[in-house]
Amino acid sequence: MKKVKIYITLRESVLDPQGQAVMDSLHNMSYEDVKDVRIGKYIELEMEDSKNLTNRIEEMCEKLLANTVIENYRYEIEEGVTQ
Amino acid sequence: MPQLLHEPTPEMIAEEKIYRQMGLADREFDAIQELLGRKPNYTEIGLFSVMWSEHCSYKTSKPVLKKFPSTGARVLQGPGEGAGVVDIGDNQAVVFKIESHNHPSAIEPYQGAATGVGGIIRDVFSMGARPVALLNSLRFGDLNQARVKYLFEEVVAGIAGYGNCIGIPTVGGEVQFDECYNGNPLVNAMCVGLINHEDIKVGQAKGIGNTVMYVGASTGRDGIHGATFASEELNEQSDEKRPAVQVGDPFMEKLLLEACLELIKNDALVGIQDMGAAGLTSSSSEMASKAGVGIHMNLDLVPQREAGMTPYEMMLSESQERMLIVVKKGREEEIKDIFAKWNLHAVAIGEVIEEKVLRLEHKGKIAAEVPVDALAEEAPVYHMPSKIPDDYKAFQKQPVWKPNIQSPKDVLLRLLRQPTIASKEWVYNQYDYMVQTNTVVSPGSDAAVVRIRGTKKALAMTTDCNAKYLLLDPEMGCKIAVAEAARNIVCSGGRPLAITDCLNFGNPEKPEVFWQLEKAVEGMSEACVELETPVISGNVSLYNETNQKAIDPTPVVGMVGLIEDIKHMTTSRFKQAGDAIYVIGKADASFEGSACQLLLEGKASGRAPQLDLTVEKKRQAQLLQAIKKGLVQSAHDVSDGGLGVALAESLIDSGQGADIQITDDINCELFSETQSRFVVSVSEDVREDFEKIVDDAVYLGRVTDKPMLTISGNDGEVLKAEVAELEEAWKGALPCYMTKEG
Amino acid sequence: MKTAVIVFPGSNCDTDMYCAIKEGLGEEVEYVWHDDSSLDGFDAVMIPGGFSYGDYLRSGAIARFSKIMPAVIQAANAGKPVLGVCNGFQILLEAGLLPGAMLRNKKLKFICKTVPLAVENAETLFTAGYKKGDIIQIPIAHGEGNYYCDEKTLEQLQEQNRIVFKYHGNNPNGSIDNIAGIINEKGNVLGMMPHPERAVDMLLGSDDGLKLFQSILQHWRESHAAVTT
Repeated sequence: MKKVKIYITLRESVLDPQGQAVMDSLHNMSYEDVKDVRIGKYIELEMEDSKNLTNRIEEMCEKLLANTVIENYRYEIEEGVTQ
Repeated sequence: MPQLLHEPTPEMIAEEKIYRQMGLADREFDAIQELLGRKPNYTEIGLFSVMWSEHCSYKTSKPVLKKFPSTGARVLQGPGEGAGVVDIGDNQAVVFKIESHNHPSAIEPYQGAATGVGGIIRDVFSMGARPVALLNSLRFGDLNQARVKYLFEEVVAGIAGYGNCIGIPTVGGEVQFDECYNGNPLVNAMCVGLINHEDIKVGQAKGIGNTVMYVGASTGRDGIHGATFASEELNEQSDEKRPAVQVGDPFMEKLLLEACLELIKNDALVGIQDMGAAGLTSSSSEMASKAGVGIHMNLDLVPQREAGMTPYEMMLSESQERMLIVVKKGREEEIKDIFAKWNLHAVAIGEVIEEKVLRLEHKGKIAAEVPVDALAEEAPVYHMPSKIPDDYKAFQKQPVWKPNIQSPKDVLLRLLRQPTIASKEWVYNQYDYMVQTNTVVSPGSDAAVVRIRGTKKALAMTTDCNAKYLLLDPEMGCKIAVAEAARNIVCSGGRPLAITDCLNFGNPEKPEVFWQLEKAVEGMSEACVELETPVISGNVSLYNETNQKAIDPTPVVGMVGLIEDIKHMTTSRFKQAGDAIYVIGKADASFEGSACQLLLEGKASGRAPQLDLTVEKKRQAQLLQAIKKGLVQSAHDVSDGGLGVALAESLIDSGQGADIQITDDINCELFSETQSRFVVSVSEDVREDFEKIVDDAVYLGRVTDKPMLTISGNDGEVLKAEVAELEEAWKGALPCYMTKEG
Repeated sequence: MKTAVIVFPGSNCDTDMYCAIKEGLGEEVEYVWHDDSSLDGFDAVMIPGGFSYGDYLRSGAIARFSKIMPAVIQAANAGKPVLGVCNGFQILLEAGLLPGAMLRNKKLKFICKTVPLAVENAETLFTAGYKKGDIIQIPIAHGEGNYYCDEKTLEQLQEQNRIVFKYHGNNPNGSIDNIAGIINEKGNVLGMMPHPERAVDMLLGSDDGLKLFQSILQHWRESHAAVTT
């Protein structure tokens, strides 16, 4: 088994109103050293290992998990816990 | 909540008084031992602790609640089921109830409010009704405080998040602010549903051998001891109880709602009850107790979200979006099919048995066996001592207070900016109040109006309570709360049908608080009898205190009225230039507890405004008669802030202005909160007819086409304001608080 | 004209759409469950608002893979009118029937109110009953209606006159170029955030949405007449 960690973030060109609000709030709490906040999604999959694992992951990301019009994704594959 | 690997033995529970941590008193533990004839085990003591909590058993409020009038020719179902039911003709009925979610909302405001909404919706559809509207009665502290602002923002978001997603319009309610709610906000959610008479279902487990089924979401460890938590005061440690707060899933509830409404059409269904407070425990024991039977359940079959759950955890979990149903033996597959269509569990977990016990099987052993009546019916009932508070005595003796007002305009503008009075657009624009496309009168008028498709009828609904009046005089204040709700219904063109109540009070173990509760219930009962609006459902929320300080007594009245013909529907805004403006009822100096006193003095004191129920009833009847005859263009009750505020509210968004002449004491007329008053506008050509019907109508002036409010007294003009200025004050206040950094 | 209203788990404006067509327009209409796979026999397809699949992951993302969606795409390709309102618009975007994507409202809050819309293109089958420049009152109710597309797409939309409705005056959600509704190149798939089905009865405050449904009907009658003669 593999554990797949997928990170989905808004593309750089897309305004992130949530991130903006969080940044404003951090600034108000005097964390002025924060220069940008981007909020994204984190998805964990437990998957059976296979030869074309990366292809399958990318396919899932393109089809469903991310909307590539507005979102980027990246992923990491880790050894999963054997159940 | 950490899993207890080794549950305490019955001996340990007794000796180490472990039951105390669960909120049970020593004498209650003794009573349980006596009922069982032995020491209870850990699961059993858990069952008792939640069922005997105030939230489930009403052990301290029961003797008081008996006073409520709860029957009437139209009442089809009074208190005791998921929600009350009132006949509205044509074989239709309206189902409604209000419930509090104060404590969870104080700890986790978004989820606390969301699950409060989810719970009250389930109460209504578990009766077989389709929910058609939601209302909320909210109280928060001083909006200048960052924490209060956060609670306000999140509670509103939580209500919106749940109600919008499930697709039931949030059409009305109220929001008020006072520092007594700083640490203990009130979140009371009301749901209104529609049903045909033959579809009314109750929570009864009839028929020995019938199958007990579990439907909806899986059970997790969330919300364990929620009912007990709701029956304690909040203090600094309350935040640590965060795991007790459940997470709502409105999508799941939408599926459950649709599936259950299909289910009620199936004659295999015997009984249905929401797994609300005290989850599986209360639903199973109450359904069995009401039917005079017992229930045997195999807990291994309960759908579980987490591994290794104990019987104690499963029985006490308050995971959301679950129902317990009883179906005819042999018909389980049909039921499973209905739920499968909506991708939901429907699992047979037990059966109805003759012996009146709740028997729980787990991993081949009997984990608990307790008489159902002991859980559901035999909780101790306490007759708490009550004592007249010294404050009350002092208030009664105080001389009449009258404000010294130099500039009526300045006071009016400041009143309009008070968060309690100001427009709640900031709130209700976050709620989908239109979905289902039946909302004829949106939030912001006196009562919300929802039409009943396919008929001429509509339902008017409102929630009301001015806690300051109750602080001064709980009996009078509570009468006023009922009367004000009825005024709102009447102003919309409806006849008040019945009420649901949410009694929010402090710690009843304090004799002064208990006295407030007693008096409020007496006042509410008297008003309900006089105005013919029985109490058909409700909820009690006690222990609303933070660090020993109780909230003002806040018994919220939720009222529903019937508009027989949609053409009677009336709103509060002025309609046409040239119309005559009347106020029904003259003012006297009733400033105690008024918005004006709060504004100018900083606190309420003195003798509460007086209410004469006979006068109230007469005026309401006459106004409704005039409305039904088509003689009234607009109607608005005079409440918070007095006539001045009422006139401003009738003007804003009307596109009109008003010229008003006042011959009596200007300040009393404009700012006193004398009861049983209304502002109405009437077409010139029907003035005579109107005056013939409405005895106490006093002519005030005219609606004009210039958007300006001018008020003149005997010595000339006393107030002149552009409607835009009034509007800016009224609509700008809340956004201003909410965008300002805390 | 026989219209299908698609029902996903979590749809909540399905009944409103159904009633708008049945009572407002007086035409035949049926619910079609997401699990069905055919839209044969229907002349128009409505994808109503709501929170399909709880709007989990992204609004419309999961609904887009429902069994019924290939039939919706087929109907679109066949030139039948397809209207997606609110969550329905989001589903059309996710399905690629319309370009762009939805972001959360700029102020991060759900907004429910009646807003003025400007009719930008009155030459579509959905808007022929309006005049270009008409200002109509239509309710909005959404938390994610902040329409976004890249500049190239926007230019294309503008050049091809595919922006059908714009917010007039205040832009409530921050959408690019004040976009409230767009149409596909072929002109038979319209997605819009505002709810025309909530504006078909003056009793509820506005009937400005009725013309949209009447336009669809008019188009159907004309094309139907053309085929049969």
